[in-house]
Amino acid sequence: MASETIALTAAHDVPQPIGTVLHDWVVTVDHKKLGILYILYALVFLVIGGIEATIMRVQLIVPHNHFVSPQVFNRMFTMHGTTMIFFVAMPILFGFGNYLIPLMIGARDMAFPRLNAWSFWLTAFGGLLLYFSFIGGNGLYGAGNAPDVGWFAYAPLTATAFSPGHSTDFWTLGLLVSGFGSIGTAVNILATIVCLRCPGMTLGKMPLLAWLNLVMAAMVLLAISPLTAAQMMLSLDRFLGAHFFDTLAGGSAVLWMHFFWIFGHPEVYVLVIPAFAFASEIIPVFSRKPIFGYPVMVAATVCIGFVGFSVWAHHMFTVGMNSYANSFFTITTMVIGVPTGIKIFNWIATMWGGKIILKTPMLFCIAFLFQFLIAGLTGIMLSAAPFDWQLGNSYFVVAHFHYVIVGGILFTLFGAFYYWFPKMSGRMYNETLGKWHFWLFFIGFHLTFDFMHVPGLLGMPRRIYTYEPGRGWDIWNLICTIGVFFQIAGTFVFIGNLLWSYFKGNAAGNDPWDAWTLEWSTSSPPVEYNFAKIPVVKSRRPLWDIKHPEDPDWKYE
Amino acid sequence: MNDEESLLNSTSSAPSSIELPWVLPSRGHVGMLSLIAAELAIFTIFVVAYLFYIGKSLTGPTPKDVLELPIFSSICLLSSSLTIHAAVSALRNGRVRAFGMWWFVTMVLGLIFLGETGREWHHLIFEKGLTISTNLFGTTYYSLVGLHAFHVTVGLICIAIAMILALLGKVKQEHNERADVFSLYWHFVDVVWIVVFTVVYIIGR
Repeated sequence: MASETIALTAAHDVPQPIGTVLHDWVVTVDHKKLGILYILYALVFLVIGGIEATIMRVQLIVPHNHFVSPQVFNRMFTMHGTTMIFFVAMPILFGFGNYLIPLMIGARDMAFPRLNAWSFWLTAFGGLLLYFSFIGGNGLYGAGNAPDVGWFAYAPLTATAFSPGHSTDFWTLGLLVSGFGSIGTAVNILATIVCLRCPGMTLGKMPLLAWLNLVMAAMVLLAISPLTAAQMMLSLDRFLGAHFFDTLAGGSAVLWMHFFWIFGHPEVYVLVIPAFAFASEIIPVFSRKPIFGYPVMVAATVCIGFVGFSVWAHHMFTVGMNSYANSFFTITTMVIGVPTGIKIFNWIATMWGGKIILKTPMLFCIAFLFQFLIAGLTGIMLSAAPFDWQLGNSYFVVAHFHYVIVGGILFTLFGAFYYWFPKMSGRMYNETLGKWHFWLFFIGFHLTFDFMHVPGLLGMPRRIYTYEPGRGWDIWNLICTIGVFFQIAGTFVFIGNLLWSYFKGNAAGNDPWDAWTLEWSTSSPPVEYNFAKIPVVKSRRPLWDIKHPEDPDWKYE
Repeated sequence: MNDEESLLNSTSSAPSSIELPWVLPSRGHVGMLSLIAAELAIFTIFVVAYLFYIGKSLTGPTPKDVLELPIFSSICLLSSSLTIHAAVSALRNGRVRAFGMWWFVTMVLGLIFLGETGREWHHLIFEKGLTISTNLFGTTYYSLVGLHAFHVTVGLICIAIAMILALLGKVKQEHNERADVFSLYWHFVDVVWIVVFTVVYIIGR
């Protein structure tokens, strides 16, 4: 089955006029094109969100700085958080899922191709709606433009009295619209994995990436929907004068917190489980060993999926809950560390005794292992309610969750970019530039986020505009901001590498990594129908079986 | 893509090593059940908000003053689950005319429910002075019942489209799976009504 293709028309290689190409991309329902659209869209927002972060860090570089106004600072942290979660992390992970899942399970497309396109465009327009607030947010009242209520938008800040104009409306509607897109994609991923697997691929023989995306999609259905419901309520409050979160009419501000975090914490697992999926594909290939403990990996993921829905109020210890709630959420939060720890042991056990190849994707995954471990450990610290009372809403928390999102998710994402770039583009990336990217970003990440823990421990609250000198915070803030510039340099190298390799890179061939899952059996980039003949698999590593007919995997599984 | 020659001749030798037939669930059913799971989560949040705010309104009117049990419309909506089931099984057996008849009855029952809801709202707004901004009861009542009524409306639009196609003679036996998938949605809307009815008219009153 290696490289068969069906010649549909001879027009394939003829260069098309730019209008036709553009039209093809806009009306496409092909899962690979939509996946790439998701990824490119998210990369644009990654740069925008990065610029916003840089503005904040420059503002905080020295005490009493006035690089931007306090109002702009508030808008920056709101837009940075919202952008990075909803318009970078979600779409980029959906993009990889879209691109890879049908290829890895031996299908020709997603279950609902048109729903797929619809979901992408909803997400895209949600992002545009959010950013249109910079232009249209002023509304009738001459108030501020972009939303400035923080990414979790606690009531009553979002009430019309405190957020006049339309900035918060844009925030609500943008998330509502992109939320519908996310639900559509989750429905699609679930139906694809359940219904379109190629013959022989039982659930126990699916690649881990498919398994983990299955759990992620199920979590999206149950986690994004509460946010959608809460945004509907907020819209009713703002547009029709309802009183859901209006404390003056007996409404409850704490209810919004519950609704938001019932979404908000499972969302962390929605983002990190696909990151686990990348690590679970990359680490075995670059260790030349099958994944250690496949059934346990699946069970741990499903376990995270369940327990992930019972930890949300650990974001609310400082709000003041009763002791039973505090104990419950402390315990569940600590419990969820167990399946996560099992996964880390399994990845290390996969590497143990393997022939480790330190190419760029593997470097990012190894860094991920250690950084995610530290992120988990500070998470366990914060899960203890009394500790959280001391450090809640401080820079310690900011450092913790950036360790998860940047050190965990973004690092595996970069690994995934380098690992699948040859498949998506047909070209090999530049290994030297890849290493430069890794080391620059690695140093920048640790400069910024290692040292960010310290001002948090010293009492620096998050979201403050500026601070007094002489509290012992100055040097740490300076180091954090210096790290940002290393990260920016790394990102430039990354984007440069992508562009250069896309046009000038060496041809990659179908299977540059000598890998084992089905996407490497088709051409690079894959043809529109993916597989000329639907593959039939007998084990978790179908390509190993083909390459080693004398010792196939299915004898042992 | 150096393909032209090596194509169809090589695809003919399909390995037939799988003995059992490879059958997976239908994507329509899985997709609809996934959507229902998401909808269930949305309704859960609205129901939780309703329950949380029972008795917390600072001003009147209260549910006891103004709400009456919508027995008739509830019977209509719940029996439409039976009629849509009859329609789908008629289509499965190829009885297209019976399908059209049951489908039409389903649509009428849905319309009666929606009309009754409209009448109730008109009564509450213009005679009892209860709107979404009056108090917490109004806020939660109109949003929960309205969210459900919105789902009934979407369902009725789908039913109406299929009805038009049926009248044009375009609905055939092979479409029974689509009708079946849609009926899942309609059953879900009915089940949600049982919850809404219990929460709003029994617990909340």
